[in-house]
Amino acid sequence: MFEAILLTVATAATPLLIAALGELVVERSGVLNLGVEGMMIMGAVCGFVVAQTTGSAWVGMGAAILAGAAFSLLFGFLTLTLVTNQVATGLALTLLGLGASAMIGESFVGLPGVKMESLYIAGLTDIPYVGKLLFGQDPIFYISILLTIAVVWFLFRTRAGLTLRAVGDNHTSAHALGVPVVRIRYLAVLFGGACAGLAGGQLSLVYVPQWVENMTAGRGWIALALVVFASWRPWRILAGAYLFGAVSIGQLHAQALGIGIPSQFMSSLPYLATIVVLVLISRNKRLTLMNTPTSLGKPFVPDR
Amino acid sequence: MTQKRIDGSETPLLEADKLTKIFGTLKACDEIDLRISAGEIHSLLGENGAGKSTLVKMLFGALQPSSGSISWKGNAVTVTNPAMGRSLGIGMVFQHFSLFDALTAAENIALSLDEKTPLDTIAARARGIGDAYGLPVDPDALVGDLSVGERQRIEIIRCLLQNPDLIILDEPTSVLTPQEADLLFVTLERLRSEGKSILYISHRLEEVRRLCDRATVLRHGKVVGQCDPRAETAASLARMMVGSDIHVIERSPVQKSAEQSLPLVEVNGLSQRPRGPFSVSLHDIRLAVQAGEILGIAGVAGNGQGELFEAISGEVLQERPDIIRLRGKDAGRIGISARRKLGAAFVPEERLGHGAVPDMSLTNNLLLSRHATDRKVFLAGGALKLVAESSLASAAKRIIGRMDVRKSAENPDASALSGGNLQKFLIGRELDRNPSVMIVNQPTWGVDAGAAAHIRQALVDLARSGSAVIVISQDLDELFEISDRIAAMVHGRLSESVPIEAMNRERVGLMMGGAEHAAPLASAGAA
Repeated sequence: MFEAILLTVATAATPLLIAALGELVVERSGVLNLGVEGMMIMGAVCGFVVAQTTGSAWVGMGAAILAGAAFSLLFGFLTLTLVTNQVATGLALTLLGLGASAMIGESFVGLPGVKMESLYIAGLTDIPYVGKLLFGQDPIFYISILLTIAVVWFLFRTRAGLTLRAVGDNHTSAHALGVPVVRIRYLAVLFGGACAGLAGGQLSLVYVPQWVENMTAGRGWIALALVVFASWRPWRILAGAYLFGAVSIGQLHAQALGIGIPSQFMSSLPYLATIVVLVLISRNKRLTLMNTPTSLGKPFVPDR
Repeated sequence: MTQKRIDGSETPLLEADKLTKIFGTLKACDEIDLRISAGEIHSLLGENGAGKSTLVKMLFGALQPSSGSISWKGNAVTVTNPAMGRSLGIGMVFQHFSLFDALTAAENIALSLDEKTPLDTIAARARGIGDAYGLPVDPDALVGDLSVGERQRIEIIRCLLQNPDLIILDEPTSVLTPQEADLLFVTLERLRSEGKSILYISHRLEEVRRLCDRATVLRHGKVVGQCDPRAETAASLARMMVGSDIHVIERSPVQKSAEQSLPLVEVNGLSQRPRGPFSVSLHDIRLAVQAGEILGIAGVAGNGQGELFEAISGEVLQERPDIIRLRGKDAGRIGISARRKLGAAFVPEERLGHGAVPDMSLTNNLLLSRHATDRKVFLAGGALKLVAESSLASAAKRIIGRMDVRKSAENPDASALSGGNLQKFLIGRELDRNPSVMIVNQPTWGVDAGAAAHIRQALVDLARSGSAVIVISQDLDELFEISDRIAAMVHGRLSESVPIEAMNRERVGLMMGGAEHAAPLASAGAA
């Protein structure tokens, strides 16, 4: 029973973790992409349609990643090349994604999906209590954990990560040092889009292997909140994703057990937690300085 | 001492030919010719807005010239970006620091080194260079926590680590003590003897005369002269730069008739714990300034001057109301606006982001500091408090006229003004109220000679008209020029103030080093 609950928590937390990691990298480069929900749903629908057509969940997952990245490229072109307002463009991207995905997926509603197989290693997976948790989950779960480690290593151990953080802290100084600000931001936005697409693919190929309109159901927004909740730190994103995942699963179990907590309250918990974290951070100037990318959301136009 | 002189046969290290940069309708640089030979310290002189920064940005690749050409070691080059400038061998120490607050000193340095440098060796190398050139710095410190002086050290170390042939220094000594500046000159002379060239921008004519081999003087975007600064006097250099004689500060003696009057500003035993990991604690600070006098506070950056300023201005409230007294009233527990209403005025060190909101126009910045004290003038419509644009505009015009602020647009954003012009505006904004108490932190940092003289005279005039003025500065020339008494800050303690007549540079240097305090500490250390 306990292992089963943990498994469902992991499955619920994985899309939040992946999408939030992607957005973390985007925001660390100083770009605020509010279109996570839109990129995620595009990933979900494209992943489902391609998997359904080809019969391969892996090809579908690749399509989900590409769809998310392609959709983020639109955002990048608008905000980085045409220097539009990032908040408005991100919101538009979400609305566009929700609409476009409904159109693309219209004829696929209710069709049986292709489910990505979970791992099975004879012996290891059968270990009682922890076997399924450690060795019997879907591949995307393992990818999400590796991705967390990779993002930590990239941001804080590599030169490219340092450059990316520098661009997010002060794009004018970065430009003065000869750092290609716009190119780095494009790459970050693409990475964020690919992650959101992968998270969407996880929803339609692992979590619930079918296509339902609006199936992301606000997970993109939770991922955005998670980045702030984690104060732009990857390890805290991992913890936060599992916390938020546990809350959403706990809410189902609480309902099943007849515990009288209104489900609306439970669904609002991630956002409430984010507000509390924001208040705590902003009370301390040093914490704000260390954690918030200073040029977040500010448009950059090099003076020539 | 004499290096190879420039003559026609020798290929200069860098040669700029008719460089022109046009912003909109403004010709920031107008057909500028510049020749820098190998192994010389070349000074670039000019007032704020003369085009110095624009010129060096073009040399360094941060800006593209509208026309004209640059040749480097005899070959024509187009420096398309700063990375290319660096790879050619041009290093730059910026006037407006291009540092990243959220990164550590070592990470900041790493960003400007080439890609192959392993990240984990940089801290040690930075420490090494810092020690070798007298620029001590903690590589793991977060830059956002550092003082202006410490930030500049990082900039200089960052530049030296790139091992450039030409080093461009923009106002490098403005945040250093005389002793630190002397150390820097030793460094620069050593670099010159290693065959490196230095393009040295400074407003301090004495140090240009002491250090530089040649000078190119700019005025209004044009080259107005070239000279050997060692053969000139400070006055003749200033005349070239400004086009007329520099104003000499007039200081009438303090009226001693007001001897018995109460001080207008008092600090009574201000002690404060550090408020952040890199903030300085304050220990039992006492001072009193009477009407008509200027108290100068000397000290090396990061010895508690910023904390003292914040305590007096009301950014940080005190435990007891009587710790800060303004015009005889306890003010330790009231905020900035309330203190302003008591007749006090404050000009902080950091102009952009503290003294002014960078992305707001001058009139809006004016309103931000004066909305409480001049409510009747600037806010109309009674309880509605509508912004009275016309009276704001006329007040801004008055300030701009009085302080001779040069600007490119009718009502530009604060960030569009050069440092010196913005400072003139910020000082003028406070002077316009005729405050009875004025506290200024670093009034003329990075401000050229003409503008600095203007600001200093304005401060002296304010004091002589019956106000009490406190000037916190690292520029000793400035303090000797305007102060009636000088005290020094070191490690969060303020020395007794000494009348200017009894003061000399050596004594203040010792006070800044803590010699007049450190006696008990030193003996404790020896025991």
